[in-house]
Amino acid sequence: MSVIKKVMTLLHGSVREIGESVVDANATHIYEQEILDARHSVAQARDELAGVMARQMQSTRQIERLQGDIERYEALVIEALDKAQEALAEEVAAKVGAIEQELQAQTRAHAACAAQVARLKELIRSAEARIREHEREIGVAKTTESVYRATRSISENISQGGSRLVSARESLERIRQRHEDLADRMTAAEQLQQAFGDDALDQKLAAAGIGDEAKRQQRVMDRIRARRAQGAQGTPGSDPAPADD
Amino acid sequence: MKTLLAQLKGLDTLTADAMGGLVVDLQPIPGDVPVVQVSIEDRQELPIYITCSDAQMLCLCYLWADDEVLPERRMELLQTLLDLNPSVPLSSFGRVGDRYVLLGALGRDARVEDIAKEVAVLSDNALDALSALSEYLK
Repeated sequence: MSVIKKVMTLLHGSVREIGESVVDANATHIYEQEILDARHSVAQARDELAGVMARQMQSTRQIERLQGDIERYEALVIEALDKAQEALAEEVAAKVGAIEQELQAQTRAHAACAAQVARLKELIRSAEARIREHEREIGVAKTTESVYRATRSISENISQGGSRLVSARESLERIRQRHEDLADRMTAAEQLQQAFGDDALDQKLAAAGIGDEAKRQQRVMDRIRARRAQGAQGTPGSDPAPADD
Repeated sequence: MKTLLAQLKGLDTLTADAMGGLVVDLQPIPGDVPVVQVSIEDRQELPIYITCSDAQMLCLCYLWADDEVLPERRMELLQTLLDLNPSVPLSSFGRVGDRYVLLGALGRDARVEDIAKEVAVLSDNALDALSALSEYLK
């Protein structure tokens, strides 16, 4: 069964049991041992593969050499026949026969090496696949287990502390509220800073006789004088000014 | 293999740096598997939990429980989560028992710098997801 299918079956069962039962300790132990064994056989197969491939290369060279020999001796047979050296030609032909036998043996050895290389490569591939599968199985199982066990520890810790898990909406509201409070405080502080800053500046300007504040008294006096002068012009009979004016 | 706590040494400072100076607090949770709670200032309601198996280091943030989901919109929520999964950087949605989680996985021998980055991203993603998906919740 695939490991994901196994976890699915467990998740559909009782969540309470997951902490213990995703993979029992015994099974984990077996998998871990199998991983070790598979790693060992991969290492061995790799060593062996290197040896076989070296032998294969040697036999390739050997075959080339023997084929060269055959060609060379066959040419000599022809040369002997051309020179009517029948007996010598027969002797060389016998030599060619012997080399051919050796070539056949070498070709068989080469084929055997090739078969062995293929077998070892297949063995390594399947062992690696087995390692990956077991590692994934252990990884998925242990991760599922630790997530559920951690969740149980966290829930227990929260309930032991006398507090309860607040709802998501409540959490969000609280966080938002804090952020709003902070934003409000910052706005208020800014406004205060501005107000106090302006006042302080105005006071300094007034003290130096600059700006609206400094001229306020002067403007009031000017306004009253103007009104008084206007009043005097409007009612000549009541003018209290001296006669020589 | 290093213990989880040893591996997380300096995570508070590194995460704080990654999050612009927010105060980050680490606390081991007692239990039969190693679990460390990471609390982040201003987001205390959404702590990140770090746990590990032989193969992986897992950062989890619990989002909501099954009974908080509006029943009539459950299917829509599940589809949305699956659709979102490939797009959310470094984190994926999941369910543990009856609780929806956002989780990020790292190699068991992850460097503390990478874990800090993961925690910061997970926290941002969790807050964002909660805010975006709250319409599916009661």
